[in-house]
Amino acid sequence: MQILQLLLSGIAQGCIYGLIALGFVLIYKATETVSFAQGDLMMLGAFGAFAGMSLFGMPFWLAALLAVVAMAAFGVLLELVVIRPILGQPQFSIVMLTIGIAYVARGLITMVPGIGTDTHTLAVPYKDQIWKLGELVVNLEQLVIIIATAILCGLLFAMFRYSKLGIAMQASSQNQLAAYYMGIPVKRLNGLVWGLAAAVAAIAGMLLAPITFVHANMGFIGLKAFPAAVVGGFGSLPGAIVGGLVIGIVESFAGFYLPDGFKDTAPYIVVLLMLMIKPNGLFGEKLRKKV
Amino acid sequence: MRFIFKTTYDQDIRLARHGGHVLWYSLLVAFLLVAPWVIDEYWLAQLTFVLIYGIVGLGLMLLAGFTGQFSIGHAAFLGTGAYTQGVLTNMGVPFPLALLASAALSAAVGVVVALPALRVKGIYLGIATLSFGFIVEEVFARWESVTGGNAGLHVKSPQLFGWSLGSGEGFYFLCLVVAVISTLGILNLLRSPTGRAFVAIRDSEISAQSMGIHLARYKTMSFAISAALAGLGGALYAHKLSFISPDQFNILQSIDLLLMVVIGGLGSVHGAFLGAIFLIAMPQLISMGKDWLPAVVGQAPGLQGLVYGLVLIAFVLFEPLGLYGRWLKIRTWLQLFPFYRKGLFKRQKSFTKSDRLR
Repeated sequence: MQILQLLLSGIAQGCIYGLIALGFVLIYKATETVSFAQGDLMMLGAFGAFAGMSLFGMPFWLAALLAVVAMAAFGVLLELVVIRPILGQPQFSIVMLTIGIAYVARGLITMVPGIGTDTHTLAVPYKDQIWKLGELVVNLEQLVIIIATAILCGLLFAMFRYSKLGIAMQASSQNQLAAYYMGIPVKRLNGLVWGLAAAVAAIAGMLLAPITFVHANMGFIGLKAFPAAVVGGFGSLPGAIVGGLVIGIVESFAGFYLPDGFKDTAPYIVVLLMLMIKPNGLFGEKLRKKV
Repeated sequence: MRFIFKTTYDQDIRLARHGGHVLWYSLLVAFLLVAPWVIDEYWLAQLTFVLIYGIVGLGLMLLAGFTGQFSIGHAAFLGTGAYTQGVLTNMGVPFPLALLASAALSAAVGVVVALPALRVKGIYLGIATLSFGFIVEEVFARWESVTGGNAGLHVKSPQLFGWSLGSGEGFYFLCLVVAVISTLGILNLLRSPTGRAFVAIRDSEISAQSMGIHLARYKTMSFAISAALAGLGGALYAHKLSFISPDQFNILQSIDLLLMVVIGGLGSVHGAFLGAIFLIAMPQLISMGKDWLPAVVGQAPGLQGLVYGLVLIAFVLFEPLGLYGRWLKIRTWLQLFPFYRKGLFKRQKSFTKSDRLR
């Protein structure tokens, strides 16, 4: 029973890591860049939903929907204004750029008087409800995270498999130049990918909010999604979710069975082992090198 | 305008290219030597911090700017040096020995990091070093019998041959000596075959390998030297603050160090020190600018992060060579005066180049 309980909380936490990692992978596959701002986009999404509910008195579902749409628009805008001018530069300058974006997002939120420095609770309708299945205690918040992640993954899978947009995104992520030649608007797609990643991040933020509260530094959880992305293989969408689950479960078990301090470092130990054994990750793509 | 006709190979690697270099650097050294009597104590402390961060920056610059290996966990090496120094001097080990031991232990840790890092590059390397930084920070916090845990560790003021170097001026000169020695060391390293090998690895690993450069050996060497300098800086840092705790060596410190070399100018020794000046001067400038801004903005707690982020974005977008690049442009403009062309330093765009295939 104990193991099942740990597994459940690990899976719920892992879904969050997986969703953030999904954002990394989407952006990495499409534009060859790694966004360190993903965790902070998540924070912005959570704050968006919080603002919608507490400042404008919207019901939860409306606020959540609006926050996701707003974050998607913000992602597109971000790509257009900041990322596009330096596309094609060394990967590292873009990493520094996203670190800068993360700083700005944190700074701006902290500067909002009265709201930015406090921690808030997001008044979701399913808060603090507990089901008992035998000895297993199921927290409804965790269940919602797992179900929402599953639905989102299904939607993304369908989009990449069946819609023209998704197939075009796959094409441009495999070879940008060839995609250009086939008449795919690669630049516009890059913008849409950033929008998609920001929307996924916003959803992750709202799912996480009931568990950890909404505050300006909640984006640091994004640093734990890097191990998830690497374990799954940085270029693989299903890998991101699987990696997230692995990291979540490992963390949950390490927190229970191992001494203090291992809970926070376990994901990083796992990722170092993974990089030593199989740098491409579980679902990593193999590509040939050229000079 | 000055024309330098290079007629021998030695001219290409000379430390001072022409008389102007000798003049300006002597003036700089002369100013640094008389600084304690010219500027007051507060600014002297800031200058000491610039020198300490400059030493750490030199190390990171060698790794990131010259070898092309980005470390997002460099604070771990800084912390290793700081804790080694703190623990050893508290045990009564003489100061110079402790300093050497800090550098050596950090270098050893650097080699340990380099081993897994040899197989990966690009963003994977970043994540590997990031993970390493987190683990080391946790070790500092948990190994309470040695490091004092989260309560922190007090570090005695340094003693050299019976003299106390705890005062502002004595410690300043100590840092100056270490900084000058490490700068000369790095400059000499960079003009040696080893340094050229580092640059070759940065530009293209596969080309470097095909020229007969042993990738693993040189990458490990780069990590070790970089970590040793960070450890040296960390040891001085521990003495300057006289109190260290694990949260001084966290991910934010690592990112600060990275920000320092990027804003200073990747791939230039000047950049390490310019970045250090930036890192120390920025909080001062922000607090000075606060009075000019309306109270809602000026007194808000997130202002510093916001300004850091905006400056970083602006540098990456408009001045990828950093502060050193700006200086280079001004100098070139002056040298070429009527003939300066606007696009002289323009970067080439390459949309199709893929890091995954490189």
